[in-house]
Amino acid sequence: MANADEIRRIERIAWDLRADVLRMIGVGKAGHLGGSCSLAEIVAALYFAKMRFDPKALGDPCRDRFLLSKGHSVLIQYAALAELGVIPRDEFGKLKTLAGKLQGHPDMMTPGMEAVTGSLGQGLSIAVGMALALRLAKSPSRVYVIMGDGELAEGQLWEAAMAASRYGLDSITGILDRNRVQATGPTKEIFDIPDIPEKWRAFGWNVSSLDGHDVGAVLDALDEAAAKKGAPTVIVAETIKGKGVSFAENSAAFHNAPMTREQYDKALLEIEESRRRVQ
Amino acid sequence: MTSPNLRSAYGASLVRLGKKDGRVVALEADLGKSTQSVMFQAESPDRYFQMGIAEQNMASTAAGFALSGMIPFIHSFAVFSSGRIYDQLRNSVCIPNLPVRICGSSAGLSDFGDGKTHQGVEDVALMRVLPNMTVLCPADSIEVEKMMDCLLDWRGPVYIRINRNDLPFVYPPEEPYSIGKVTMLRDGSHAAIFASGVMVSKALEAAAALASEGISTRVLDVGTLKPLDRDAVIRLAGGVDAIVTAEEHSVIGGLGSAVVEALRGVAHAPVEFVGVADSFGLSAEGYEDLLAHFGLTSDAVSKAVRNLLRGRKK
Repeated sequence: MANADEIRRIERIAWDLRADVLRMIGVGKAGHLGGSCSLAEIVAALYFAKMRFDPKALGDPCRDRFLLSKGHSVLIQYAALAELGVIPRDEFGKLKTLAGKLQGHPDMMTPGMEAVTGSLGQGLSIAVGMALALRLAKSPSRVYVIMGDGELAEGQLWEAAMAASRYGLDSITGILDRNRVQATGPTKEIFDIPDIPEKWRAFGWNVSSLDGHDVGAVLDALDEAAAKKGAPTVIVAETIKGKGVSFAENSAAFHNAPMTREQYDKALLEIEESRRRVQ
Repeated sequence: MTSPNLRSAYGASLVRLGKKDGRVVALEADLGKSTQSVMFQAESPDRYFQMGIAEQNMASTAAGFALSGMIPFIHSFAVFSSGRIYDQLRNSVCIPNLPVRICGSSAGLSDFGDGKTHQGVEDVALMRVLPNMTVLCPADSIEVEKMMDCLLDWRGPVYIRINRNDLPFVYPPEEPYSIGKVTMLRDGSHAAIFASGVMVSKALEAAAALASEGISTRVLDVGTLKPLDRDAVIRLAGGVDAIVTAEEHSVIGGLGSAVVEALRGVAHAPVEFVGVADSFGLSAEGYEDLLAHFGLTSDAVSKAVRNLLRGRKK
């Protein structure tokens, strides 16, 4: 069980990452706020507690791999990499500009990126290749891959799910950001996919379900997944799209939309207030 | 002794590379007997991965291997290895410029019986337009071996087109080889034929027939369709009165297009394309029957040369 101090430390980092996502997007420019904010606790738990990751040795063959299959949420990864000193913070103002290194989706030109993702459905396949290669090398590294619930409609993702269990790739931990909202509306209305945990089980995976904003639960589930042998594990994390920004929560409108100055100020205030409340 | 069968030469070469370099892994999508990746499976079973009939996953899985320092070879029929996995190759493989080797087997019309769905005559166009992609089309088994030997050190992704059948030996075994080379197999002064794959031997037959009519024809094997050696194409297209391209591929986007792209901006002789005229394939009783149906014959090549030269004299 994760201890209370550790939980509070990760919670504070998660709010800091959300604030940085907001700063990157700024005023009047579109950015993927919703799907980045739903991932803050999960990304904080991975980069700041569970992953073997040395920001001074990005090429270390024994590092754990982080793959963001739902690549449009890369802002939250940029925030984590900036906090770790991998990405200079002065890149934030140059997000998605020709002068900067931070692309709209994960790209190898950005330090700390492990793959090119964003064309949805491909991240888990890349994880399968990495896990097979790591097994050949007898490496202890784990591969973490974050998927979206809208992304589950991609057929390739289920091809990869079959391959991962066919080869017993227990070094893979999949995390499903179950925020229930996709680009143009609620997943239930756009393309409802019922029985998600049952589907993963039927594909040969271990499944755990939790509240993706409950840091203690996330930390424990990551430990349990790492201890499982013989099959990959997926953590179905129930999350809130736009978590922490009242007007963006559970809203497809802020999947990728610009904020007014008033909205931006309100959002930052709310996030800073939430951070203060972490005791 | 090298087999005249391109698939066999491919499989044997893959085994050779695997023995030489532990980074080589092979991924298959249930066509291992057709692609001859089974030869690698027999030699290096621990580095052979049967991915099932799931080509898209296979392509992105290869990206994961390459990102972990390996040199993955992926296999399917050319039509699937290019079109079905185009997006995976574009995003997972070509954007990060990874050393994934894509075997497009049973390329062109060479899977003559299976018809339109299994015959790939658009693959070169699809692969050529991808930034970072190298596109290879060997003319015979010897060229397959020579190309494969370049693939351990070559930077970035490579698409290699493999014919299903035996083809006549045309490539000089002692000729030094490098990717990107345009090889002159026969010199001539009246016409130049740029050919790739099965059409190289047809072009040589055409040149022999034309010689008996007093027409001196240069034959060039363009084994590397991309990156195309533009200076070599300009030089070898010079001093003749007719230029013909010959390929087992659509006339849109393949070798003909690549040669004309290379010749842009310089004065050159008129060009004619011999290829598949913007059409899908067809089931046929034999490979040569199908090539003849689509006008991919030595006669069609020599006729194209004659027509251009006749037009020149008017």
